Amino acid sequence: MIPYYYIASIALIALGFYIVIAKKNLIKIIIGLDMMDTGVNLLLISIGYVKGGTAPIENGNYPIYVDPIPQALVLTAIVIGVSVMALALSIAIGLYKNTGTVEIDEIRRLRE
Amino acid sequence: MKRAVAAILAILIFIVLGLAFAKIPFGNVNLEDYHYYNPIQDKQTSDSVPAHYLKEGKNETGSTNIVTAVVVDYRGFDTLGEVTVLFLASTGVGSVMYIFEKEKRRKVRRANAVVETASKLLFGFIILFGAYIFVHGHLTPGGGFPGGAVIASSFLLLYLAYPKFHAEHKSLNVAESLAGLTFVGVGLIGLLVASYFLYNFLPFGLPTYLFSAGVIPIIYVAVGVKVGSELTGIVDAMMGVRE
Repeated sequence: MIPYYYIASIALIALGFYIVIAKKNLIKIIIGLDMMDTGVNLLLISIGYVKGGTAPIENGNYPIYVDPIPQALVLTAIVIGVSVMALALSIAIGLYKNTGTVEIDEIRRLRE
Repeated sequence: MKRAVAAILAILIFIVLGLAFAKIPFGNVNLEDYHYYNPIQDKQTSDSVPAHYLKEGKNETGSTNIVTAVVVDYRGFDTLGEVTVLFLASTGVGSVMYIFEKEKRRKVRRANAVVETASKLLFGFIILFGAYIFVHGHLTPGGGFPGGAVIASSFLLLYLAYPKFHAEHKSLNVAESLAGLTFVGVGLIGLLVASYFLYNFLPFGLPTYLFSAGVIPIIYVAVGVKVGSELTGIVDAMMGVRE
């Protein structure tokens, strides 16, 4: 039985992949990339879960903590994801300023 | 046609990843149970990396929040690289928006009185909250990155409420450079005092107190200021020239 955290994160990855392949709108493609990013982050966090564990902040009240390493890695991954999103969105804004559209097909037609 | 192919591929990815991750245990892991080979002592050690961090992290770094201990102390060099990536993204957004900039000024309408007054009232409190998050990074959940994002969101509020508002580029640059210099300077002092970069050279103090954990709060305040000014710079570049 697959735990539903894994199912949800894998579904996010698959949905993001579908959006990136099938959609023609640049903004929607960037949203799809962000969804894949979120799915991977959720997968990493849920692998580090320990049953009955709390957030790894040691104040002496809880005996069990979850794994701190995936959380630290995901903290890095979120920042890198934000950087990639910002660059991608700025390029989309620039394309819209130059061509007046964010549809990939029309941009390709304008180039020819 | 393309949609059908994409849907089939997505379902295949779902099934393959689902089968791959079905065997990985969820929740019933005992972090103490991992054994790994230690080449220095030439024997199997029973202390896995997360168990070591959870057991010794507070004594070795003085930080109550183990995630902060990992991010700033054990992997401090990695965090320096991460901040650099964010800086590169900020400059990249600025240059891309500059290349595509046409001399056309965008007409922006004034927001209504409620938004203007509320943003004027809330601005200071949001900055205070962001500062609280990154000052207490070693005690509570949070740290430099979320704190910086909160500070940037307060500037975004001002950009949305006032059409003529512009953050001073010079002061943003000064704040960002000073924060980066603080980070690298603290690391270099560690290199001088002890043998390695980002050595925690200050006394740890009592855990769960604000002034504890040595250099970790200093580095996280620097990271918070740096992330805040970089994200504000990104927002400023994306807003473009407005009238």
